[in-house]
Amino acid sequence: MPDFSKPSIEYAHLLPLLIVFGGACLGVLLEAFLPRGRRHLPQVVLTMATVLAALGSTVWIWQDTNLKDYGDASARGLVGAEGSVIVDGPTIYLWGLILLFALAGTALFSERRLEGGVSAFAGQAAALPGSEAEREASTRGLDHTEVYPLLLFAVGGMLLFPASGDLLTLFVALEVLSLPLYLLSGLARRRRLLSQEAALKYFLLGAFASGFFLYGAALTYGYAGSMSFAGINAAVVAGNGDRTLLLAGIALLCVGLLFKVGAAPFQAWTPDVYQGAPTAVTAFMAAGTKIAAFGALVRLLYVAFGAERWSWQPMLWVVAIGSMVLGAVLAVVQTDVKRMLAYSSVAHTGFLLTGVLGVQSAGDLADGQYSSLQGVLFYLTTYGFAMIGAFALVTLVRDAGGEATGYERWAGLGKRAPWVAGAFAFFLLSMAGIPLTAGFVGKWAVFTSAMSAGAWPVVLVAIGSSIVAVFFYVRYIRLMFFSEPAAGEGATVTMPSVMTTATVAVCLLVTVLLGVVPGPVLDLVTHAGEFIR
Amino acid sequence: MLLTLLLLPLVGAIAVAALPKDLSRMLGLGVALATLVVGAVVAVRFDPDNGMQFNEDWTWIKQFGVHFALGVDGLGLLMVLLTVLLVPLVLVAEWSSPQTETAPRAFVAWALALEALSLAVFCATDVFLFYVVFEATLIPAYFLVGGFGRYGRGAAALKFLMYQLAGGLVLLASVVGLYVVSASQGTPSYLLSDLTSLDIGTDAGRWLFLGFLFAFVVKAPLFPLHTWLADTTEKATPGTSVLLVCVLDKIGTFGMLRFCLGIFPEASQWATPLVITLALISIVYGAFLAIGQDDILRLIGLTSLSHFGLITLGIFVLTPQGGSGAVLYMVNHGLGTAVLFLVAGYLVQRRGTTLISEMGGMEKVTPVLAGLFLVGGLATLGLPGLSTFVSEFLVLASAFDYSWWVGAIAVTTIVLAAVYVLWMYQRTMTGVGPHPEPGALQEHQTTTRDLGLREVLAVAPIVAALVFFGFYPKPLLDAANPMITGLLSHVGAPDDGPTVPAAATGSDD
Repeated sequence: MPDFSKPSIEYAHLLPLLIVFGGACLGVLLEAFLPRGRRHLPQVVLTMATVLAALGSTVWIWQDTNLKDYGDASARGLVGAEGSVIVDGPTIYLWGLILLFALAGTALFSERRLEGGVSAFAGQAAALPGSEAEREASTRGLDHTEVYPLLLFAVGGMLLFPASGDLLTLFVALEVLSLPLYLLSGLARRRRLLSQEAALKYFLLGAFASGFFLYGAALTYGYAGSMSFAGINAAVVAGNGDRTLLLAGIALLCVGLLFKVGAAPFQAWTPDVYQGAPTAVTAFMAAGTKIAAFGALVRLLYVAFGAERWSWQPMLWVVAIGSMVLGAVLAVVQTDVKRMLAYSSVAHTGFLLTGVLGVQSAGDLADGQYSSLQGVLFYLTTYGFAMIGAFALVTLVRDAGGEATGYERWAGLGKRAPWVAGAFAFFLLSMAGIPLTAGFVGKWAVFTSAMSAGAWPVVLVAIGSSIVAVFFYVRYIRLMFFSEPAAGEGATVTMPSVMTTATVAVCLLVTVLLGVVPGPVLDLVTHAGEFIR
Repeated sequence: MLLTLLLLPLVGAIAVAALPKDLSRMLGLGVALATLVVGAVVAVRFDPDNGMQFNEDWTWIKQFGVHFALGVDGLGLLMVLLTVLLVPLVLVAEWSSPQTETAPRAFVAWALALEALSLAVFCATDVFLFYVVFEATLIPAYFLVGGFGRYGRGAAALKFLMYQLAGGLVLLASVVGLYVVSASQGTPSYLLSDLTSLDIGTDAGRWLFLGFLFAFVVKAPLFPLHTWLADTTEKATPGTSVLLVCVLDKIGTFGMLRFCLGIFPEASQWATPLVITLALISIVYGAFLAIGQDDILRLIGLTSLSHFGLITLGIFVLTPQGGSGAVLYMVNHGLGTAVLFLVAGYLVQRRGTTLISEMGGMEKVTPVLAGLFLVGGLATLGLPGLSTFVSEFLVLASAFDYSWWVGAIAVTTIVLAAVYVLWMYQRTMTGVGPHPEPGALQEHQTTTRDLGLREVLAVAPIVAALVFFGFYPKPLLDAANPMITGLLSHVGAPDDGPTVPAAATGSDD
């Protein structure tokens, strides 16, 4: 009988995770004990407070000077929870980013002015669309406040995902982050069938991808005899296992993660889910999931399979090129603004992968040159703010049937609502990568990494897809500013509450600042250092 | 000094956008004139033999090796002066045109923003900064084309932007490549002074050069990437066209001199046959296209294709005369084409059409307009006595010097330009017009006003400059020559003229 020793847990450094999960459980209790009509305000306050507290503890961990240096001081942090959770620079940076977007997500969730006093979520999710029960829920002004604990659980999963130090934790995080999102996608108040279809599609494909991931984890364990990234790395460096197992393992693990980031050829769910889900959920999901999943993907590839990068880099070349081309080309033909943004996010995944595959060993980097990881982190920052801002603006453009997402509906918006159209145009310009916006600096950062690593064909394709991408972004600017709507067809802008306004304003400000003076954030990213290996 | 020059119109643009509509024009003009004064002060304090001057340098993005670095040499100074001169005149010319009447505030604000960014392009001595402002100029330009002008301007603006951004993104690949080369040789830096001394391999240098060249060929424009030009000038207001063709497009040829020749001397020599071929096609093809146009604004736009061919030819023959001629030509083309565009704009306002076939007989009705139009036209065809003659002569002479057949093809421009200019003048100004009935001409005479004082004032300074520099081009040449000789000695092209030895000029670009 082996001795059982109590695992040592670094509670202080896992505080953001604990706070978020604790807040989520508390939210469930509120659901159980508060009467239905009085849940909204306490839930919003609780969620905001939880996220803010987690953010505060993240900042505290960032500034903690007791963190150890690893690998000739290029990485800094600690290996926590017996190797399951790794709190290093990139983790803390991503935590901060995810929590910021969780804050924005909460603000968008709590918007009630646009729908005339109720939230954008279904009054009673269990009622069949078009049934008597649904009408009754609607007339009674019912609201699902469960979305806030769900949001917090998803955030918890997102925090754990890029911090995972072994494949099992990674899988648990994947599921914790995904399940609430499946549910949230199906909760739209309007166009409920579309929303439910999106949720089911997301769930089925997501479950399928999880299966791939698990199979990959099993094969990798078969190769390495270890679940932890450090153990896998050691096995890969030693290189005396069965290489077939290793390569199949890498491929299957990547299928699971590439599905989550929405890279081609696993992008099929993106447009449907982005379109069907309530727009507030889409905004949060588009930013948060991508950030968390990229954090996890990059850690897995760089730390566990870093010594094997000649095997996975060619695969990423193909996936990156496919995502960029497919996303850009298909976005051109979309007639729905949410679908357009969804396909453009597929293209952005491709740009991000361009940065990921630009990994070089530290010796190849020049003095003062920054690494591909830091480029990816910066790109994720710019992308998240632009996406949330853009989707938040989509919620404002409405007609009698709710949000007006059709292409023609946006005609002439620049004349009716110059501020909304101007802000949306600015977010589009940032996504297109026009200089003096954040997107440009981000693009520059990932392209440089890839070019340095000699992946110039990918960069050329990226440039080509950027040109196509510019076309569909600018088409919307032209539509908003230089087109007249057909009589009675134009959508109008509804004044939102201060929550949405503040979200948009902050996103806009960040997008401007990161474009003009990216220095401080780049400093942060550089300071984050590398992963602990 | 230069920072003031850039910030003044930028702050002006924001102020115009923020203040009430009634103030827009006065305020805009005031800002543009103040900028002109600052530009003039820079010109007075400029020392032609001193290379890059008024240098200002701040670290902008440390991690990328990017500096906010400004400075002007002779070339930059001339472009700055052209810009600060043309913007106030455009504002005066478009003061009450029906196309900008609807939203004067937006027009003035975008025009000032465009001025600020263009000035930044001409002053940037850091490639990253150059790239940023190079691309950023497109946003005000896009809104100027798309917001003001004739029906179909939205599509024209989209086409304009797509071409320019495509060129810009290809340039981005080269800019990224420069970083990689720079990083591989030590600390990455984008400063022009660091990049010119960089040891770029032959192959890498040629690829990067091609990226730069592509962007500048779109910008300038040259055949075969010119097709946005005529559509844009046709749909935009003449004032916008002046800003685009006379100022913004100069970035193309400016960039060829400063970046293609400056950073990639070997590749520039290697690419000479290709670029000269494109230039020659542009010269002849552009002229023929112009001859065939019935839309007066398209016609004027296409004459620029021919002229940009000549400028590029002057640059890439890599001789001091050719280079100086090209720089001079950039200034003169800006002046001459601005007169043509603005006066054609007045003409279109009076006739209500842009079709040459529906005009005619304006000479008797509006003699002042016709006279100014003729001066602009003659400047475009390079009449001796007007400043364009000097530059065209220098370019053609150096073309013959390069090779007789290049000169022979280029020299056809003299005949072809005479055809499109004089034929256009004949069809719009002389004759009785499209209404040959007896009473029509008289009625036409009584209802059509000649140019007002404001309209004349907008054009008069340019005409004066054309005449002055036609007789006395020395100030322009003095500014251009040291910069050109320094550049060519850097490229290593054979000097075969009476030029100052390279060591004496000591240019730092």
